Amino acid sequence: MSGGPARSWPVLALLPALLVGVLLAVLVLRGVGLEDRGLPPVEELTITRIELPAPGQLRVHVVNSGPQPSTIGQVQVDEAYWAFRVEPSATLGRLDRAVVDIPYPWVLGEPHEVALLTSTGLTFTGGVEVAVESPRASGDAFLRFGLLGLYVGVLPVTLGLLLYPALRRLGRRGVDFLLALTVGLLVFLAVDTILEALEIAAGVAAVYQAQPLVLLAALATIGLLAAIGRGPGRRGFGPLGVAYLIALGIGLHNLGEGLAIGAAFTLGELALGSFLVIGFTLHNVTEGIGIAAPLLRERPPLSHFALLALIAGLPAALGTWIGAFSYSPLAAALFLGVGAGAILQVVWEVGRLLAGGADPQPARLLSGWNLAGLLLGVAVMYGTALLVTA
Amino acid sequence: MSRVSRRDVLKAGAAGALGLAGSAALARLRAAQEETPVPRLRQPGDMEGHGQLSVVGDVDVRHFDPLAFLERFDRGRTRPGPNGRALREWTLIAADREIEIAPGVFFPAWTYNGSVPGPTLRCTEGDVMRVRFYNQGTHPHTIHFHGVHPPRMDGVLPQVGPGESFTYEFEARPFGLHPYHCHAQPLKRHIHKGLYGALIVDPPGGRPPAREMVMVMNAFDSNFDGENEVYAVNTVAFHYERHPIPVRVGELQRLYLLNLTEFDPVNSFHLHAGMFRVNRTGTSLEATELTDTVMLCQGERHILEFTLEHPGDYMFHAHQSEFTELGWSGFFHAA
Repeated sequence: MSGGPARSWPVLALLPALLVGVLLAVLVLRGVGLEDRGLPPVEELTITRIELPAPGQLRVHVVNSGPQPSTIGQVQVDEAYWAFRVEPSATLGRLDRAVVDIPYPWVLGEPHEVALLTSTGLTFTGGVEVAVESPRASGDAFLRFGLLGLYVGVLPVTLGLLLYPALRRLGRRGVDFLLALTVGLLVFLAVDTILEALEIAAGVAAVYQAQPLVLLAALATIGLLAAIGRGPGRRGFGPLGVAYLIALGIGLHNLGEGLAIGAAFTLGELALGSFLVIGFTLHNVTEGIGIAAPLLRERPPLSHFALLALIAGLPAALGTWIGAFSYSPLAAALFLGVGAGAILQVVWEVGRLLAGGADPQPARLLSGWNLAGLLLGVAVMYGTALLVTA
Repeated sequence: MSRVSRRDVLKAGAAGALGLAGSAALARLRAAQEETPVPRLRQPGDMEGHGQLSVVGDVDVRHFDPLAFLERFDRGRTRPGPNGRALREWTLIAADREIEIAPGVFFPAWTYNGSVPGPTLRCTEGDVMRVRFYNQGTHPHTIHFHGVHPPRMDGVLPQVGPGESFTYEFEARPFGLHPYHCHAQPLKRHIHKGLYGALIVDPPGGRPPAREMVMVMNAFDSNFDGENEVYAVNTVAFHYERHPIPVRVGELQRLYLLNLTEFDPVNSFHLHAGMFRVNRTGTSLEATELTDTVMLCQGERHILEFTLEHPGDYMFHAHQSEFTELGWSGFFHAA
């Protein structure tokens, strides 16, 4: 036989592939025989975002998340027909996007509802909870939101890291206690992040299947980081590697926090925004401690600390920008999914450090001090999170 | 002519500057009083300034023209009947049809003779009415006329199935304005889908000459959630606002107004810058009330009479602001 198994597999795959092509062609050309029942089209428009660019102006972002084309016939705001302009077209094909501009005199601080009436009379609605002018992407606004991100991200994480010299004075039991506390913090963050990701995903048009995507992104991240940690010639991450992993996971989590802050400001929940900032700041000081914990038996150069603070903190600034200027629920949910995965992977890595690093002794994990640290970590996060959600 | 000094020019300028504003205001006031038409509240497709509360675009009036419908009276085919009375015959066909209820928004209606409202039938008290009804729709339908007639001609039973027919025959009385509508079950849906219209029974001696119009207040629940998305008179949201009804100054207007709105308990009619006389149900020759707002329950109907004294645009609308903003609003353009 001239063709070995290695060479013949494309040949063997050719026939099934051809048959799939023929089947698709038949389905597309002939249909499945259920189309001609005189049923009205299944329409689904999703309002992804409502901006208030200026007084007297509403801008509605819409995507056709249904299986068939749909045409916006008229627009109602607060149960009144209103003038509007659609760009690029009032007829949206599957997954097409459009922007509807409405010259509506919205009222500061009050809720408003927009309903899009399609040509078949179906209505698809979206709302503004608290009307306030959307921030414009000016240099000034960029700077202010960036600073905000620094306040909630880089600054508190740095403050947490500044405790490093003090923490180094602790004995082995103290260090273990801190590592356990870090695990507690991270477990809380992982749960919090995944729930937030799923909540955001629930608001995304069903066609994007955002919820499974979030969970798969988390799993993929865990797998990817585990594979990196156990690459050729490696036996898991060392303490410095774990610190960087924690910084990365926390950074992704902070990106989510930044998104929340930026979106809160954009959606007009201004007071909530200020309170969010205070809450996040306190919350994130503990994250700095978490990053420092694996390094207590090392003595890394100062530059590592600077880099760790930036990795963990800077995404918050990025998040506020994205949240304020071009919030995409799908992207936000995905980022948070990745963040949750990273944090879970870090929980595993810190657990290994706690159990003795390269030569783990599982029994060490379950000391009273460790359990106390773990619970305290969760409690601290819970307590500071109360400030955020109040 | 004396020469004008530089000083005079300055003085005149100062006075003029003050006076200009004042006189302009006066002129504007006078113009308003002197019956100069006030500018239209809105222009089609207007995105700036006033008048953005409306629909965008226009319906295709080749299928249904609300302006033409106002004054279209169907007197049927007339021939001598029993006892020297006139016999009037009509054919009404129930059929499913998609209608345009706002520009670009279509509604799967059930219609009499292809339109919502159905044709305005008109006769004189004492005439014999013979209405041949054919159901070419997909559900059982009937025609239930308000008025005095034998119960077997009342249009509740028999229900006329798809492909079947029935002939309603009775004497037209009393004179007045009466609705007709389908009485098949479920009633809400059969009315809301569009099976209704007006029957005008004139008094034997007629009424004083006037320009006459029919307005059927109706509404459409286009997403079938039990609440109306579109309100109007004669079906099309904001049509008479975007295309004001031309009226002659000083001419007597007679408006046959019916309420067939489904889902809401009442509807109303309010006229701006004028008052109308109300003849409830149209069953007397004398109006009973002078007002500018009248409320009607579903099935209620009145004849309103008024003259517009000044040229200009007279707004009319439901005095339920919600209905107004969802399409039930229009103008008379008096000239």
